[in-house]
Amino acid sequence: MSDGPAQMTYRDALNEALREEMQRDDAVFLMGEDIGRFDGAFKVTRGLLDEFGEQRVVDTPITEAGFTGLGIGAAMAGLRPVIEIMTVNFALVAMDQIVSNASKIHYMFGGQATVPMVIRMPGGAGHQLSAQHSHSLEAMFTHVPGLKVVVPATPEDAKGLLKTAIRDDDPVIFLESEGLYGKKGPVGGEDDLVPFGQAVVRRPGRDCTVIAHSRMVWVALAAAEDLAAQGIDVEVIDPRTFRPLDLDTLAASVRRTSRAVVVDEGWPECGIAAGVAAHLYEACFDWLDAPVVRVNSADVPMPYARNLEQAAIPQAGDVVSAVHAVLGREAGA
Amino acid sequence: MTHAAPAAQPDHDGMRAMFRTMTLIRRFEERASDEYMAGRIGGFLHLAIGEEAAIVGTVSALRPDDPLTSTYREHGQALARGSDPRAIMAELLGRATGICGGRGGSMHLMDRERSFYGGYGIVGGAVPLALGLAWATRYRGGDQVSVTMFGEGAANQGVVSECFNMAGLWDLPIVFLILNNQYGMGTPVERAAAVEDFYPRAAAYDIESWKVDGMDVLAVRGAVAEAARLAREERRPACVELLAYRYRGHSMSDPDTVRATEEKERWKARDPLVTFERVLLGEDIIDAGAIAAMQAEIDEVVTDAAAFAEESPEVPVVELARDVYAQPWNDDARGSALMRP
Ligand SMILES: Cc1ncc(C[n+]2csc(CCOP(=O)(O)OP(=O)(O)O)c2C)c(N)n1
Ligand SMILES: [Mg+2]
Repeated sequence: MSDGPAQMTYRDALNEALREEMQRDDAVFLMGEDIGRFDGAFKVTRGLLDEFGEQRVVDTPITEAGFTGLGIGAAMAGLRPVIEIMTVNFALVAMDQIVSNASKIHYMFGGQATVPMVIRMPGGAGHQLSAQHSHSLEAMFTHVPGLKVVVPATPEDAKGLLKTAIRDDDPVIFLESEGLYGKKGPVGGEDDLVPFGQAVVRRPGRDCTVIAHSRMVWVALAAAEDLAAQGIDVEVIDPRTFRPLDLDTLAASVRRTSRAVVVDEGWPECGIAAGVAAHLYEACFDWLDAPVVRVNSADVPMPYARNLEQAAIPQAGDVVSAVHAVLGREAGA
Repeated sequence: MTHAAPAAQPDHDGMRAMFRTMTLIRRFEERASDEYMAGRIGGFLHLAIGEEAAIVGTVSALRPDDPLTSTYREHGQALARGSDPRAIMAELLGRATGICGGRGGSMHLMDRERSFYGGYGIVGGAVPLALGLAWATRYRGGDQVSVTMFGEGAANQGVVSECFNMAGLWDLPIVFLILNNQYGMGTPVERAAAVEDFYPRAAAYDIESWKVDGMDVLAVRGAVAEAARLAREERRPACVELLAYRYRGHSMSDPDTVRATEEKERWKARDPLVTFERVLLGEDIIDAGAIAAMQAEIDEVVTDAAAFAEESPEVPVVELARDVYAQPWNDDARGSALMRP
């Protein structure tokens, strides 16, 4: 089917993955707040209610704990629920179901039951949504054994990874970015699945490895352009999934460049960047010429005021400074 | 300071004051809408236009020291509590002079001095806070009544049922106000609730509860006054469901295409400002001249608030990490290192 990559938005790529997988397997159903009549808060599920009906595209009351748990139960019974939590911020209401149930059931019951479900939700800051609506919670989910954690940065990965997630037999936390829905790019066809645990080199380079995921890939690539103009050649790597993590690809790059910066929109303490940095120290200590530098959001709840918010979230300039730091250059040199 | 609880039925001065507050909320939010369209307000902006009777009827039935919590749709609650329109508008614009210093924005106003304990963004999340405020009142032997306003959508969250149960179990001095505007974002009540009335849910936990016309400010006032009396004097929780309608979309980014035009028109014909004005005129409580003067005065207040906000300074970026902790452990008042290179 895949004859030449089509250009589409990240949003439409997700929509296409949902449609194709629903056509392929009638065990797949969608459930979430305002996903049917309203087409989803971010319009990812547009048109699916009309195509698949109310049995398979289900609008719920505002009850994240309830319908997430329902999804887990339905998955145990062999269905393949794709649960949409309107934004990752509201997953906190459902955290008990995700951590205590979804992640544990296969292990705790000795492999007797599986939970083949996907929980899709967008996150991230940058739209002045203030402290309660701006979370990046990758680290919280990645902390939990039993979950798989997926963080697509491009339309192609959004589609290919979502298809993989739906066919996967474990609970998959699928973290979309509110800032990427309108981003356009090529996407694969019906049979182009993107496997979990395969990082991708977004830009090859020699001088320093920059690891970034989701929207931060684009921030890192912008920084790489600025650095190239200064004669600094960075390699940008997108892990694409944190569970599983493709440490081999990351470590191979760092062994070549001897320097690493990890960019993550979440908070610094016990965050994704901290976890990746720890892996790099363990895997590449003897190759490193400088400490790994993390670029995170400021260690504060997200403020509303635009200037404060912009100061709080990682910008290309912060990545440039971090690369300068690991290269031992003066800031701004 | 002790306060007398407001009467169930206001006197003429009281009614004029209620009408003024309703008009202030309407004009303020219309201006906020303009500020948003002009790009000066970012993020989400949820307007309560159409819900003024529910807000003012409620707040006017309370003592000023009764703790109040709300949702993200809370400009009206702050204004009704008497917060400075300048400080609210400045918060909406994210300025240093804002009521929360530009940190919260439209969804997160708070005015501690006026016992307004805040607007919260996670649906259902503020209801247990109000229960805690009621708990603290009883613990200290106070006679305040804790009041929490939330939507019918929020009423479906499990935590709300948990709170009904605890309030009923422990007889806490709380009034649950379910503002049933019949939609949670694009979802109409009948597609989200097994039973379309919400007050029986509280009743199931032995909480006295009613449903009233939320477009009629005097009816709201009377019901909330009775609910507050029960909580204050008889130390029993109460619940009032207010049936109302919002005239705008869920937020400024909602094109509002889900609701039928005919339905919107039907509810607009019951505009709480228009109907209350008619009552006040009909009973000679106010005359047309006084209304015109009042409206001119409010226009000035709102224009002044917007000018103040627009001219106010931005929040200095060096303050980004201030206030993370009430008791910071290092000199520069940061919670921990900022971790920026
Ligand atoms: C836990 C949670 N889930 C979802 C949302 C997204 N959301 C914001 S407002 C809203 C609708 C709430 O409806 P209702 O409680 O009736 O209040 P209204 O907006 O009508 O005033 C939703 C779903 C949220 N903020 N929090
Ligand atoms: Mg509602």
